[in-house]
This record gives sequence, C-alpha cells and structure tokens, in this order.
Amino acid sequence: MSINSIYELYQSMERNNAIVSFKGLVTADLLNSVLQIMESKLDYSEESTKTRKKVYSVLVECLQNLYHHSEEEIIKIDGQTEHQIKNASILCISNPADYYEIKTGNYITKDKAEELEGKISNINSLGKEELRELYISVLSKGQLSSKGTAGLGLIDIARKSGNKLEYSFMPISDKYSFFCLQVKIKQ
Amino acid sequence: MENINLEATPKTPRVTFSFEKGNLELLGRSIPENSVEFYEPLNNWIASYGESPQEITTFDVKLEYFNTSSSKCLLDLFKMLESINEKGTEVRVNWYFEKDDGDIEEAGEDYQAIVALPFTMIEVEEI
Repeated sequence: MSINSIYELYQSMERNNAIVSFKGLVTADLLNSVLQIMESKLDYSEESTKTRKKVYSVLVECLQNLYHHSEEEIIKIDGQTEHQIKNASILCISNPADYYEIKTGNYITKDKAEELEGKISNINSLGKEELRELYISVLSKGQLSSKGTAGLGLIDIARKSGNKLEYSFMPISDKYSFFCLQVKIKQ
Repeated sequence: MENINLEATPKTPRVTFSFEKGNLELLGRSIPENSVEFYEPLNNWIASYGESPQEITTFDVKLEYFNTSSSKCLLDLFKMLESINEKGTEVRVNWYFEKDDGDIEEAGEDYQAIVALPFTMIEVEEI
C-alpha cells in the first residue's frame, strides 16, 4: 500500500461523509465505544431527536448482530492462503446525503447464509403493517437463544429504518460467504 | 421481601421494584448484548412478589431505548404480571414515550396487542 493511498482513503471517506469506520474484532468494549462516539456525534450534528434515536437504535442492532453472529474460525480463502479471521467484521457509518447509512460486513457459513437470505428476502417483501405482525409473532412465539438473541434484529432494523434491507452474499470459499448489509435511514 | 434498587448503567436501566408500594419501575435504556442475565433476577422478584401482591400493582416502563434482546425479556416480565392479574389483584402498566418517539410508542402498542394487561400510554417531553 503506497503512502499516497492514505490521501485516497481520506478522500473516499470525505466523499461519503464518513462518521465512524471500523474493521476488526467486535468485542463488547468496542461496541460500547462505537455507541458512545456515535451518540455524542449525533447529539452534536443531528437536530432531529427522532432521527438521532432511529440511527442509534438501528446501530445497536447492527453492532449486536456483528457481535453475536460473526464466524470465529480459521478459514481458507482462495484455497491457498490461510487467514485467521476471528470476528473480522467491518462497520461504516456515514451521512452521504439526506440520509444516514450503516454498512456492515462479516463472514458467515454458507448454510447460515442461505437461511439468512431467505429471512431477509421475506422481510423485504413485507409492508409496514405486515412487518409489525411478523415482529409480534416472533416476539410472542420465539425463545431467546443461549446468546440472548431473539431473532428480531433484522425485522426491527427494517421497521425502524422504514427502508428495504440492501444486502449481498459474496462467495469466499466452498464453506464461507461474506455477508454485506446496508441500511439507510432518512433524515 | 427485599426491594430491588439498581442504578442505571450505559446499557441497563435503573430498576426500582418496591414491594410496599406495589410499584415497579424501569428507567433509562436497556441494550445489553445478552439481556437474560440482567432480567432473570427481575423475573424471579416478580415471581415471589406474585405470591402476596399488593391490591394494586403499577409497572412504570420508562425506556428511551431497548434492543431486541431486551424486548423478549420485557415480554416475560409482562407475562409474569399477567398471572398476578389473574389472581384478583389489579396490575396496571404505564408505558412512557418521548414526544415524537413513534418507535417507542409503537413498541408499547405491540405489547398491548399481546399482553392482557391494561396499558396507559403516557407522552412526556423527556424520559
């Protein structure tokens, strides 16, 4: 990586009006720090309490998804090099136009990817009232997992953002995909 | 029985459960990664409280944020209170939300749809 790429990185972040970007292990401490930074940044720059709260709530769910669901194994990429990908996640929060954007990425096994894709495409096919019904049904019938997850995170993100979840699964190896999620919240 | 008095933390609400007053209050935010650990003692408290509840029990929910992990635990608290309500004493829920916070207001309405307790929705300037 050439030294000049720092400036390119800066320009790209500047163009997107990046607020917080992070790559690495999502620990409970990191989660706390990001939330704290975002809360004070939003307090300073976002006038609408409503928007501030939406961004914050969606961010909590996105971060906790990364925290709970990233893979922690040593995986083979391209069948050659072995990388230790311990909770290697990426998170970018930006304010590129009249909306906030939260982007996340993390490794996921292919069988989980398939299940997740079904779940997201179902969420995206539903309108506001149907999403509410789905939320209520999962809330009242579901059980918390041992990690304390309720299976409600993505439904909640879709409801609060009021937008479709943009996503893709990039094939990495025969066992893993990289899951990209992008959520927009209007100002 | 012992009351519960817990100070708020950045991820958990202030908790004030008073046996004498028959008043239970959650105040602040509830966003722990795993909320079971936090809510289990509250659930147990309501279970013992339910053995000899006050004539009227009020549950004041004053949350500015809560995550989906907490939403499930909150439902469990409501279910516990529902069973007390069936025993001839009265349980009332006051659901607080900040003006313009449609999401918390809607969350209260979601619970109202699945919990058989009387909810009063209370709009305030700030929680």
